[in-house]
Amino acid sequence: MSGVRVLVGTRKGAFILTSDGRRERWEVSGPHFAGWEIYHVKGSPADPDRLFASQSSSWSGQVIQRSDDGGVTWEPVGNRFSYDGAPGTHQWYDGTPHPWEFARVWHLEPSLNDPDTVYAGVEDAGLFRSTDGGRQWAELSGLRCHDSGPSWQPGAGGMCLHTLLLDPAEPGRMFAAISAAGAFRSDDAGQTWRPVNRGLQSEGIPDPDAEVGHCVHRLAMHQARPNVLYMQKHWDVMRSDDAGESWHEVSGDLPTDFGFPIDVHAHEPDTVYVVPITSDAEHFPPEGKLRVYRSRTGGDEWEPLTRGLPQEHCYVNVLRDAMAVDSLDSCGVYFGTTGGQVYVSADAGDNWAPIVRDLPAVLSVEVQTL
Amino acid sequence: MIRVVLPAHLRALARINGEVELAVAAPVTQRSILDALERRYPMLRGTIRDHDGGPRRAFIRFFACELDLSHEQPDALLPAAVGTGAEPYLIVGAMAGG
Repeated sequence: MSGVRVLVGTRKGAFILTSDGRRERWEVSGPHFAGWEIYHVKGSPADPDRLFASQSSSWSGQVIQRSDDGGVTWEPVGNRFSYDGAPGTHQWYDGTPHPWEFARVWHLEPSLNDPDTVYAGVEDAGLFRSTDGGRQWAELSGLRCHDSGPSWQPGAGGMCLHTLLLDPAEPGRMFAAISAAGAFRSDDAGQTWRPVNRGLQSEGIPDPDAEVGHCVHRLAMHQARPNVLYMQKHWDVMRSDDAGESWHEVSGDLPTDFGFPIDVHAHEPDTVYVVPITSDAEHFPPEGKLRVYRSRTGGDEWEPLTRGLPQEHCYVNVLRDAMAVDSLDSCGVYFGTTGGQVYVSADAGDNWAPIVRDLPAVLSVEVQTL
Repeated sequence: MIRVVLPAHLRALARINGEVELAVAAPVTQRSILDALERRYPMLRGTIRDHDGGPRRAFIRFFACELDLSHEQPDALLPAAVGTGAEPYLIVGAMAGG
């Protein structure tokens, strides 16, 4: 393990930040795909030089880019995302049926062991898979065609499938999260799905403990203990100890339990990170102080991490895909803000420093440990 | 030869500098130009119109000879000056966004 490569998607292009294992001096490459929205860039665990990027714009739609040399050069691959069969309808904001329409790819999740296989979570919520390095995409329609699909409604940001977790211990098990439908689990490699939302309480929906309809913002898993899941919901930080069968709240002493990202320390499955945000109406940190909160107890007990982060006049947000951890011996934690800063902590959150301060609004942050 | 001018973000995507020159057999229409363009630059498929050759994307416009041809039928004949190459066919990103 000699260094890290941080993959940053922004509103106006992608940036690649590289450093050695000390994570003090950084080289910045970009903007790649300048002017385009880059919702997500992620590398293949099976071949770290293979990267996938979701590139889109209101003018020209969706493009998927692939690099086979760690982001030095890129090639557009397949961008045809066609829902399987007659797509049907989901609910629109006003409760009327609305046809499923592809808008963009929010999240790309490369296979854990095959560099040619990659999954795409899209808006309107659906899951696609490519087995040829991104050239062709086919929908895994068992998710969208779940019986509850016609009742799903978009969140404020659109009806997006934004999180996909692949279970490293149970081949074929995966978890998806959709705003605002909830969390879903497949045990057969994405062919069939069922909601896994028992224990969630959402006051903003007519039936607070309904099977679907919850605005799940993000799921996180530790690779060594995949039955334990963490969730940042619209409000509430949640935990499951049984692979999503049931959830309980672990917001504990957080100053607010609204937020978007959640992640787990690379070596400590009970060490969890969130970024509390004031409320759904005020998407900025409480009191203008940018604080990451860390729990070393799997939730409930949280400590603010502030050293190196702005503690006054800070009104940025941290979006759901904009936090990541590396797997160096001293776990690095990274996050990006809507103000264009990308912060790193090379000591698991104790101390922070900006890598860059003035990028376009950051949509996503991933890190590769090289 | 037909001359086609693309917006900057699509020139970057297709790695094109300047105008594109295309050999397009008569009748020269929006569809025949886009078919030829997408054959030469497959990465542009889906970025100007849908993948099946259907409607243009909402924020894409087609201009030529100081006319807005965006609302013409895809198989309508284009002005003769486009067919001769005297005037370029402009594919334009609509003034929108931020």
